[in-house]
Amino acid sequence: MRATLRAVGELSITAGLILMLFCAYLLWGTGAYTQSQQSLLKGELAAKKPRAERIRPGQALAMLRIPRLGRDYQYAVVEGVGAEQLKRGPGHYPDSAMPGEVGNFVLSGHRTTYAAPFNEIDELERDDEIVVETPEARHTYRVTSQDIVRPDEIDVLAPVPGKPDIRPIRAFITLSTCHPEYSAAERLIVYGVLKESEPREE
Amino acid sequence: MYAWLWRKLPGRPLARVLTAVALAAAAGAVLWYAVFPLLEPAVTLDEVTVRR
Repeated sequence: MRATLRAVGELSITAGLILMLFCAYLLWGTGAYTQSQQSLLKGELAAKKPRAERIRPGQALAMLRIPRLGRDYQYAVVEGVGAEQLKRGPGHYPDSAMPGEVGNFVLSGHRTTYAAPFNEIDELERDDEIVVETPEARHTYRVTSQDIVRPDEIDVLAPVPGKPDIRPIRAFITLSTCHPEYSAAERLIVYGVLKESEPREE
Repeated sequence: MYAWLWRKLPGRPLARVLTAVALAAAAGAVLWYAVFPLLEPAVTLDEVTVRR
């Protein structure tokens, strides 16, 4: 009896330790993968010629900078929002507008795992800048508002966010991530609108 | 379980401690690099996209 109890106790402690290690892996271990993929994507962007061929899922699309979240805040955005793509960095919905284009440029990014690129986007305030840099141009959006929505509220992806029946005449940006942190219950959405686009000189 | 393992370890107490630490580190490495990457997709605490 005593031996059995001891074995159960030891197994429980071991299981607890393994769970703690797994949590540490989710929070920090997954980030190592993202960092290595980010350097690949950044290299891809640096080598890319302006107006190259169509971007395919998994390819690097643009650099994302958000000054409010730190001078060093920059992530290479990958095309596509599949699980594999989001592990590499913030992903662009393939059906949404391209950077600077009229319509809605929609990005999703992890909040707690895989380097957590969108961890702090809840701190963005009205008029904060979101800079999206492609090989062709630098597009500066400004934040207009934030919202928390259900995970199936796809209206936020519409060309005019929240108004799926209206044709867009402006360029919007929408960022989405999970909410609350460590939960898949809802989505945190940050909206913005294009302030200016300037071509990049070679 | 651990008492049994401790008795199986060879050598003096210091050598046993070192072996035990090495074994624990090896187990941790296998979990971190082989097991956890396989388990991770099943954990959906960081779902970020909006979709139907």
